[in-house]
Amino acid sequence: MEYVIEMLNIRKEFGTFVANDNITLQLRKGEIHALLGENGAGKSTLMNVLFGLYQPEGGEIRVRGEKVNIENPNIANDLGIGMVHQHFMLVEKFTVTENIILGLEPKNGVTIDRAAARKKVMEISEQYGLRIDPDAKIEDISVGMQQRVEILKTLYRGADILIFDEPTAVLTPQEIQELIQIMKRLIAEGKSIILITHKLKEIMQVADRCTVIRRGRYIGTVDVDDTINEDGLAEMMVGREVNFDAEYSKADPQQVVLDVQGLVVKDSRGLEVVEGLDLQIRAGEILGIAGIDGNGQTELIEAITGLKKPESGKVMLNGKDVTGHLPRKMTEAGIGHIPQDRHKHGLVLDYSIRDNMVLQTYYKEPFSKRGLMNYKAVAEKAKALIEKFDVRTPSVDVPARALSGGNQQKAIIAREVDRSPDLLIAAQPTRGLDVGAIEFIHEQLVKEREKGRAVLLISFELDEILHVSDRIAVLYEGKIVGIRDPKETTEQELGFLMAGGQRGDETE
Amino acid sequence: MKKLSLNQLLIPLLSIVLGLLVGAVVMLIGGYDPIRGFDSLINGMFGSPYAIGETLRAAAPLIFSGLAVAFAFRTGLFNIGVEGQVLIGWVAAVYVGINFDLPMFIHIPLALLAAMLAAAIWAFVPGFLKAKFYVHEVITSIMMNYIALYTTNAILRNVIGVTNERTESIKDSASLSSPWLQEITTYSRLHWGVLVAVLAAIVYYYILQRTTLGYELRAVGFNKHASQYAGMSVNRNIVLSFVISGMFAGLAGAMEGLGTFNGMTLSASFTGVGFDGIAVALLGANTAVGVILAAILFAGLNIGGLAMQAGADIPSELVKVIIATIVIFVASGYAINYVIEKIKGNRKKGVEKK
Repeated sequence: MEYVIEMLNIRKEFGTFVANDNITLQLRKGEIHALLGENGAGKSTLMNVLFGLYQPEGGEIRVRGEKVNIENPNIANDLGIGMVHQHFMLVEKFTVTENIILGLEPKNGVTIDRAAARKKVMEISEQYGLRIDPDAKIEDISVGMQQRVEILKTLYRGADILIFDEPTAVLTPQEIQELIQIMKRLIAEGKSIILITHKLKEIMQVADRCTVIRRGRYIGTVDVDDTINEDGLAEMMVGREVNFDAEYSKADPQQVVLDVQGLVVKDSRGLEVVEGLDLQIRAGEILGIAGIDGNGQTELIEAITGLKKPESGKVMLNGKDVTGHLPRKMTEAGIGHIPQDRHKHGLVLDYSIRDNMVLQTYYKEPFSKRGLMNYKAVAEKAKALIEKFDVRTPSVDVPARALSGGNQQKAIIAREVDRSPDLLIAAQPTRGLDVGAIEFIHEQLVKEREKGRAVLLISFELDEILHVSDRIAVLYEGKIVGIRDPKETTEQELGFLMAGGQRGDETE
Repeated sequence: MKKLSLNQLLIPLLSIVLGLLVGAVVMLIGGYDPIRGFDSLINGMFGSPYAIGETLRAAAPLIFSGLAVAFAFRTGLFNIGVEGQVLIGWVAAVYVGINFDLPMFIHIPLALLAAMLAAAIWAFVPGFLKAKFYVHEVITSIMMNYIALYTTNAILRNVIGVTNERTESIKDSASLSSPWLQEITTYSRLHWGVLVAVLAAIVYYYILQRTTLGYELRAVGFNKHASQYAGMSVNRNIVLSFVISGMFAGLAGAMEGLGTFNGMTLSASFTGVGFDGIAVALLGANTAVGVILAAILFAGLNIGGLAMQAGADIPSELVKVIIATIVIFVASGYAINYVIEKIKGNRKKGVEKK
């Protein structure tokens, strides 16, 4: 068997922390090889070693059978290794062609030969079935199209080994299917692919083989065929059995808690991104909002939590008009909020866990009295919460920064749930977390619902929405375009609605 | 609660050592004897009761201006306007010191209060502009310095009525001078201000670490988005932080007006007390104790520099070189950190190879 890349017994340390411990990954020519592991398992570290961004402390790398020393990304490029980054590295104001040729421009003397560049880009895009508009500006095209530009960038540089880093995280279900077709086409044209992911379904669908790593260690490499299923892969990844289809109790919706009527909200650029939205959530139900990023989710939450004043429309909480109230009033009226960006909004990272636990309540007794903090009471509260919610931290005095993402999120949930809010807003509560933490957080949301609270779940992961919600509202261009029962709908139907009811797969 | 990490201490100390080393090199290049130079420098800082008295006397306003800069910084703000707030505080203290006739236990507090209030109003302006119109506080507070300089001169001439260079002396009842302190330091200008400064450092610590206001201010300083999300008013905290910072700055001016000079002189240029406060806060890592120590060091270097000129014939400007170098090294603490990590890393590798 011919291997195009062999990473043998790779070891990478950061101080005393071993990020990669004796990991082996062998990529065959013409295969799609999945690299599976939880967040923090060491996937990115391993790929950064391959791409020359890190130097390994042990092991060796062979490319097409020859031992190589990849000291920097330029060497990786010369060896034909290309990386399609998760966060696109594109110049927004440049056209597709300009982005692709950037750094390797065909020259006409001292000027760029635009005609030749455009022709070359078109040739490559036709060869691999990656249709794009070479003259469109990046800022005007969809995320799926931007990803194609990233792929074309690597192909333009002559890569025949492509690394895809979590490529589906930002795509709609339809776009994911297109990407899978693209990857298969690339293989047919003789390329080899490493696919970094933690989504088991995609591996089953597209990968030929799969290498699993867990906490920096090599677990094994398996053929993805009939002998393996999602549960088996999950067990390898997590190290224990995982229950994906945990059945939650049935919802028992009561009175309306949140009633949003004709809400209009502008974004920071002054554009109306929530355009006359109506929404009702009842006590004792989880309402999931499905939608592609950028359809007004952020502004909707900001308007409900008081971070942004709506232009018009009403926000009613428990029958009272709270439109445009400040965040503190909203909190006191009974809203809990697990924010989308836990580092920016959820925590003061340089504050200790103790201090973070009273971020909204510090001015109340017993945490303070007549303007003086009672840090002893705060510490007691924090200790009780980290115990109850199993936040793993050496003590309450360590800064929030030092905790893992999962534990940071647990801390936020502990704080928000502890206030017993009538409405709990959870925005992307499991983003970037591992399977174990995701399970825990879903359980907490259901627990809140069982206590008779209204839960608003906003997520870009359809699986999550389908799994946890009692009702699903689809958000498209600032409006709710449909409400579905998760038991009676399909991913295809939701994806169709999320894309505005038009199939977005042909020309963009 | 808060434990200082090794690096937090190491960087300032290392910076001081490096700053002195650079000073020694400059002395050598200039053809001076560094050993003699440092001998007279250190003697001039702490070598006699008089030197200690003068060092502490000069440290008092620096402690205040350092606290002023540090306080704003803890809320995530750069108060570069401390210099101007010092001048405003100074003139206010002197005005009260000259124009009132009161018993000492009222007169001194009243003069200090006047300095605090006047400087607080002065500092309110950049805070308000930042909160209301998002004008960057560095720009406005720098510009306010110039306005302060010429405003104080105008007040000195037109309100207090300076005809010559200097105001008349403040009333004895408003003066912080102490014959006893002067006597035990063989007639330095040491006054009670240094005690007030230490008290202020305690208040600084208390506000930040013990009050709900301090909890809010620090939260806003670390992460204003999360603070806003949690229901705090970021704008209110910005204005408050500037006002309190201004109060500390105003007291720095009062030290000069009521303690060292017992009056004020028309001036065409800045005092430097406010700008030195930035260096003090930086070296002191914005902590109360750190600010006190850094202020004493910089004050001592300034005072010792004079002795160095007299004793070793080395121009006192050399002290400015040392101070500037220390500031540069502290400011590039990140780079020093990197070097330390590198050295540690290499050592480890060396061990492994064996």
